[in-house]
Order: sequence, then structure tokens, then C-alpha cells
Amino acid sequence: MTQPLNYLKETASQTAGPYVHIGLIPAMAGFDIFERNFSNVLVTPSTEGERITLEGKVLDGTGTPLRDVLLEIWQANANGRYNHPADRSAGALEQEFRGWGRAGSDFESGLVSFETIKPGAITDRAGRTCAPHVNVWIVARGINIGLNTRLYFSDEEAANAADPVLNLIEQPSRRSTLIAKRGERAGKVVYSFTINLQGPEETVFFDV
Amino acid sequence: MNAQATALQDPRLNRAEPFTPPLGDGGFFQRDRSIHPPAYAPGYKSSVLRSPRQALLSLENSVSEITGPVFGHNDLGPLDNDLIRNYAKDGDPVGERIIVHGRVLDETGRGVPNTLVEFWQANAGGRYRHKKDTYLAPIDPNFGGCGRALTDDTGYYYFRTVKPGPYPWRNFVNSWRPAHIHFSVFGSGFAQRLITQMYFEGDPLIPVCPILTTIPDKDALDRLVAPLDLNASTPFDSLAYRFDIVLRGQRSTYFENRTEGN
Repeated sequence: MTQPLNYLKETASQTAGPYVHIGLIPAMAGFDIFERNFSNVLVTPSTEGERITLEGKVLDGTGTPLRDVLLEIWQANANGRYNHPADRSAGALEQEFRGWGRAGSDFESGLVSFETIKPGAITDRAGRTCAPHVNVWIVARGINIGLNTRLYFSDEEAANAADPVLNLIEQPSRRSTLIAKRGERAGKVVYSFTINLQGPEETVFFDV
Repeated sequence: MNAQATALQDPRLNRAEPFTPPLGDGGFFQRDRSIHPPAYAPGYKSSVLRSPRQALLSLENSVSEITGPVFGHNDLGPLDNDLIRNYAKDGDPVGERIIVHGRVLDETGRGVPNTLVEFWQANAGGRYRHKKDTYLAPIDPNFGGCGRALTDDTGYYYFRTVKPGPYPWRNFVNSWRPAHIHFSVFGSGFAQRLITQMYFEGDPLIPVCPILTTIPDKDALDRLVAPLDLNASTPFDSLAYRFDIVLRGQRSTYFENRTEGN
């Protein structure tokens, strides 16, 4: 016999359901309740870095956009520093830039967007440089446990080619599912993405 | 980079690095997916087209995963954890008054302090205040149905609300959700992010719910069912239910190449 190994077990996940907005984005559910609300705008006028819009859709196995999906993003600032005590890298911290936002898809089009800045490259714990990326977490009706993925940037070809996470993906063709495409609209930089939950162009999802 | 290279090449510096305990702020314990619902669970029909068919790619936690957003009391309003009052217009909401309380822990049993817990639910009749909910049970003019709280130094949270009612949904022709409250919890790193649902002790709809029974592990399912907690109830005012939430535990970085200790 041995001593029992008394770790607790993680609480099981359950779907966020179709009415996730009530709790997480009440204005989208159709009412106003909190004094302060979280949003898809990560920047303030003083935030350092290049202003960008991240914009895209999440598609189901038939290619139909999810119109009740909720995304959260988590990213470093322009200096590659996360606003969290466990990031001890050298880049300068900006207190006002939390680096996190959430957005629900439009109920008609399924379009999701964030107003943020392009993150700097970060250093992983083995000292390797990681290409600029945004961490994405996806929940919705029909998704039993939140899906983790990343968005990289199409104009960072050299950094992407050297990125240790992209290079973990065995099939080069699948790496492209994580690359948001740079474009411009009305003088603003817009990175477009498509997240395919299922099918031939299925996005790479991570067990983090 | 260079400091690290130096540390690796110089045995004295390497030895000088402090030996740290095995549980700390390194990567999270691997998620035990056998206790979570699978992505594809055909009894819950909308999971069929919304479930990846490729395997998830396992990722060793880097700074992107072990960090996550930090929230403070400035993010919350004074009534955010009181659903009895935070949408009251001309009186109290109708329904069974309850307190829900518990701790957010990690798998090592330590409280997760200062973390954001959000919750949302239907009213006592099973109707959600959401523009897409068309169930015929009426909206309660004094009930919004959402709230949030920060855990204290020990991981403890609490809120007051009315017990939600069951409601029908389009899965099978006669599918009804058990009474439940949705929970969203952050933890200290983005990889701990969790959304789940709390159910109520003794509800006969629990064993027949196509969403709840996506969970393959009976014990994991039972852990989503909050017991009645008379010790925490307020006499002549509110009953209470206890709901503890466990997030992933965290490893140390003690055998890893790094420039600093933890």
C-alpha cells in the first residue's frame, strides 16, 4: 500500500450555452445592468503600439458561421510583455493595457472583432523567441469545453517560420489555419481570420 | 538569453540556482480530459457540427498560457454579487431566495485568490432575459439574471439570487434543462479558463439531461451538483447552496532551463 495521492480533480466543463451573453456581455442579450462592462476594445488612447482590428468568423462543420459564439483573446503588449506577475521578461509593462478582451459574434452575420494592438514577439521559457500571436479561447452552444487556438500575423513570415509552436504542427498546410491576413480598410489595419471548427480546413486547436 | 547560456555553461552558477518546490508557478497540470465532456457528444445535438475532428495539439505551457488577465475591485460594482437587487426596478424578484457560496480551489487544494467568477441564469420560471429566448414563461421585471464576484484571499466567493427554474429546449422533442446556474471562472492563467454549470441537489432532471450527461465520469458529474447548505442559510430569509470549483493545479519550473528562479 502507498499513501493516497490526494489531488483534487478539476471541475468538469459544460457548454456556455446560447445565452452566454447574459452573464458575459449583457448588452448583447438586450439589457444594461453593470456599471462597468468588459468589451472587445483592448486599447486606450495612450496604448503603445500599432492599432489593429482583428476580425473574423467561426464556422461549423457545414461552413455556416456561428452567430452565438463568444471569443476571448489574451495577448502581450507591443513590447512582448504580458500584464501578469508570472511574466518576468524584460519588455516594459503598461499598466493600462490589460491584454484581454471578449467579443460575441454578430447575431446576423457571425462577425467577431477586436480593437487592439499588434503584440510584440515574446520569449518562451526555454529562451526561444515566439512570433507575435494572440491567444484565443472559444465558447458557444454546442462546444462542451472551450477551444484554445492562436492567431499569428501574415506579415511576420520570418518569425512565423521560426515559431516553436507553429513548428509543432506536423502538417505545414495546417499551420496556415492560424495565420490572420493583413489588409487595410479606410486607412485602418485589419487582420482577417476564419476559424473552422470542423472539416477539411479545420483550425488547429491546442491542449494547453 | 546570454544570462541563461552563461548559467548553463558555468557549473557553479548552475548549482547556485535555488532548488524550488515542485508546486509553484510553472505550467499547469495536464488537463484530465477523461472527466470533461468530449467535444463530439451526439446526444447533445448541436455538438455534432461544432466539434473538431482532428486531435488537439498538446502544447507545453509557455508564458502565453501560464499568464492571464488580472481583475480588481475597480472592475466590479457594489451590487454585482446580489442578483436580488442588481436589477430590481420596483420590488424584489419572484422566486426561492438562495445564497450560493463556495471556494475556487486548484487541484492541490489551495484557494485561488482574487480571481473573477461570473454567473448567469434564468429566472424562477425558467425564462432568460435574452433577446433570443422565446419561452412562454414571463420575464421577471425585477430580475436580470447575472452577476460576478472576486474571490477573497482564501478563494472564497458568494452571491445572492433566486433559484432558477427548469426550461425546455430544442434537442429532443421533450428536453428540459435541470435548474442550473452558469459559471465562468478565470484562475491565474489563461489555460485555467473554465465555463461550467452548477446544478441543485435532488433535481430529478439531472440524470436525463443531454448536456449534463455529456460528462463521461459519474464522479465528475456529481461534483457539479451543489448540496443544500443549511449552515449558510439565513433564517426566515434565504436557503443556501455550496458550490466549490476546482481549477487546474500548477507545477514548478524547477528542472527547466531558465534565467530566474520562481
